[in-house]
Amino acid sequence: MTFIKSAICALAGATALCGGFAAAAWAQNEQFIPRLVYRTGPYAPNGIPFADGYADYLDMLNARDGGVDGVKLVYEECEDGYNNDKGVECYERLKGKGPTGAALVDPLSTGITYALIERATADKVPIVSMGYGRADASYGPVFPYVFTYPVTYWEGADAIITYIAQQEGGVAKLKGKKIGLIYHDSAYGKEPIATLEKLAQLDGFTFEKFPVSPPGIDQKATWLQIRQKRPNWMLMWGWGVMNSTAIKEAAAVGYPMDHFIGIWWSGAEPDVAPAGKAGIGYKAAVFHGTGTDFGVIRDIKHYLYDKGQGKTKVDKIGEVLYVRGVINALYDMEALHTAHKKFGNKPLTGEQVRWGLENLDLTAARITELGAEGLIAPMKISCENHGGHGLVRMQQWDGAHWKYASDWIEPHHDLLDPMYKASALAYAKEKNITPRDCSKTQS
Amino acid sequence: MLYREAGQFKTSYAADQAIFTIPQDRAAFWILLALGFIAIPLVASEYVLLTIMIPFLVFALAAIGLNILTGYAGQLSLGTGGFMAVGAFTAYKLTTALPGLDIVFVFLLSGLVAAAVGIVFGLPSLRIKGFYLAVATLAAQFFLIWLFNKLPWFSNYSPSGVIGAPPRAALGLVTVTGAEASPVAKYLFTLAFVAILALAAKNLVRGRFGRSWMAIRDMDIAAEIIGIRPLNAKLSAFAVSSFYVGIAGALWAFIYTGGVEALAFDIDRSFQILFMIIIGGLGSILGSFLGAAFITLLPILLDRGGEALGLPVPVNVLTNLEDMIFGGLIILFLIAEPRGLARLWQIGKEKLRLWPFPH
Repeated sequence: MTFIKSAICALAGATALCGGFAAAAWAQNEQFIPRLVYRTGPYAPNGIPFADGYADYLDMLNARDGGVDGVKLVYEECEDGYNNDKGVECYERLKGKGPTGAALVDPLSTGITYALIERATADKVPIVSMGYGRADASYGPVFPYVFTYPVTYWEGADAIITYIAQQEGGVAKLKGKKIGLIYHDSAYGKEPIATLEKLAQLDGFTFEKFPVSPPGIDQKATWLQIRQKRPNWMLMWGWGVMNSTAIKEAAAVGYPMDHFIGIWWSGAEPDVAPAGKAGIGYKAAVFHGTGTDFGVIRDIKHYLYDKGQGKTKVDKIGEVLYVRGVINALYDMEALHTAHKKFGNKPLTGEQVRWGLENLDLTAARITELGAEGLIAPMKISCENHGGHGLVRMQQWDGAHWKYASDWIEPHHDLLDPMYKASALAYAKEKNITPRDCSKTQS
Repeated sequence: MLYREAGQFKTSYAADQAIFTIPQDRAAFWILLALGFIAIPLVASEYVLLTIMIPFLVFALAAIGLNILTGYAGQLSLGTGGFMAVGAFTAYKLTTALPGLDIVFVFLLSGLVAAAVGIVFGLPSLRIKGFYLAVATLAAQFFLIWLFNKLPWFSNYSPSGVIGAPPRAALGLVTVTGAEASPVAKYLFTLAFVAILALAAKNLVRGRFGRSWMAIRDMDIAAEIIGIRPLNAKLSAFAVSSFYVGIAGALWAFIYTGGVEALAFDIDRSFQILFMIIIGGLGSILGSFLGAAFITLLPILLDRGGEALGLPVPVNVLTNLEDMIFGGLIILFLIAEPRGLARLWQIGKEKLRLWPFPH
């Protein structure tokens, strides 16, 4: 078959059809990282800093250490506009590049993650959906190629409710309270609903849903409804222009900002800055630190920006989403480093990188070594647990900076873990997947 | 010269009524089919099959469906996305409830359910026309998407509302859905579906139904006077159109993406398909294919073209540039031939008939 194919290709000279498109020659000691980014469209304000942070970290590693363990990193960006169809096309386009194919893929979109889970699993390319995507995929036995660490939406929802209980003075005080959720009406925004409904049942609060059709530029009617129902607390699962619009509308109907809490994708500078003074006091959950006062950010500044090479402006490199891009890259590269220890310092296939991801062990000492002390929390991934530590803390916008507003909050693992497992097993049943036996797959 | 018909005589009614009356056209048709069924699966890479050919075929099927309603029967519809969603969600519910049912029948049944829904939303067309009908079908679009979003029963209580295609075999032979299915199997399955349905559509529009649709389109009062019942004509157009669109939706969810949410069939999808038939040519089966090719393939070609040239352009600039070129080309084509690419092809054929001696 392959022979016939190449023979026909040679005869027809139809390179456009055969080789995909022009095949570039790859250096042998390079690791290819596909980059699905969105630098245009309604989600660009959030997509750009994240993509810049990721790219800068890889460039910095190449400049400082010559890559990861001496294996040079190459990457290619593909613009998907946060569009699921385009994201699939980008993935298919990039997955075979480089001497060993794509190491892993970070879709940065829950919708694209859903569209890729089966494809990538069949292609043996790991998906790292860092703090987004399908929450029940943190159950490793059913989803060997999907990693959701360090935290899922279900844990995020649970942690925010815990925080609200702390503010109200105990879980008992939640009884009779009304908590609303304004969400992007897509797979992403719907992800926390089941958890919140369950918690409403357990803690005795009323849960109200306010869907916003994407992209969410028009929310006038939704906020009038919110004003009528007067929830005591509002949660937000938004992205792109939806975030800043919601904060402006909340201010317009006089909703108290310090009772309005966003998920980590609704808590960055581009979200609050357009609202100006009205956004002061707004809170958001977060799973990492921000700012420039970390070894890794200083290195990026030293090796790239001081030489005039960075992807963005130097005053942007401490922003929430930029730092999150750096952290995503840091986790990914640490997985490569882990896999190098087993397979040797050479470009790895997706299957080998998957081993590295599953055996990732970020100790406090290693985090200090990487220059990320205070930026991320220690975390250990295993065959059973692809979801990481699940720790979340709150931050609050003071008009110029994000400040921590709480300590690390531990989610209720006893409540959530069985939910992940039940949901993942239901998926496995529907798709005829036999879950792996984790006692046999270790190293 | 290429299309010279001199000396070609038809000696039977069957020959006179054939779809392709000219031998050259017949040859071209068989060559195209051979290309689609034999050459492309042999030659094309996985990327080309999965991300270019399959979406093109699915869109072509949806465009045929809308063309039957809008192009042939003259009923403007903006509900295409909603009817695609009906097809996709019905197929999902059917195949998860009855895993033993063959996927071919699942798709045909979901087409029938979409047809039934199409008839219900086609009822207003008996009283209202033109832009007002477009608004009524817009209601169908928003209502159906809202319904699939609102009721978790449709996605089997999936927390995110995403439906995923379980692995299923076609006619008990090859697995065509799910991630394990081979790209060639998926492609051939889609192509077979589209080819058979396109042929059926071509014959339908040449027959009694097609003629009654066109009579209604051209002047409904005159059609009524010569004995065509508007009720039958309009509702049958809605039913057949929704059947095609519903199957396209099921193919989109099961064969192309493998997992979709209702959002994948939002109003943008309806507009996309409407643009396909406007650019391709209203009232033409060939135009549906040309329009689908134009809208789905051109952006990818532009994108890959910019990449192949090796220009050091950042992705965001490239994307914006693409949008501008794409928009420009649409305007250019519509100015050059407002009746679409199919008409352009017809004119080209006329020219070829005389070439190289135009007088």
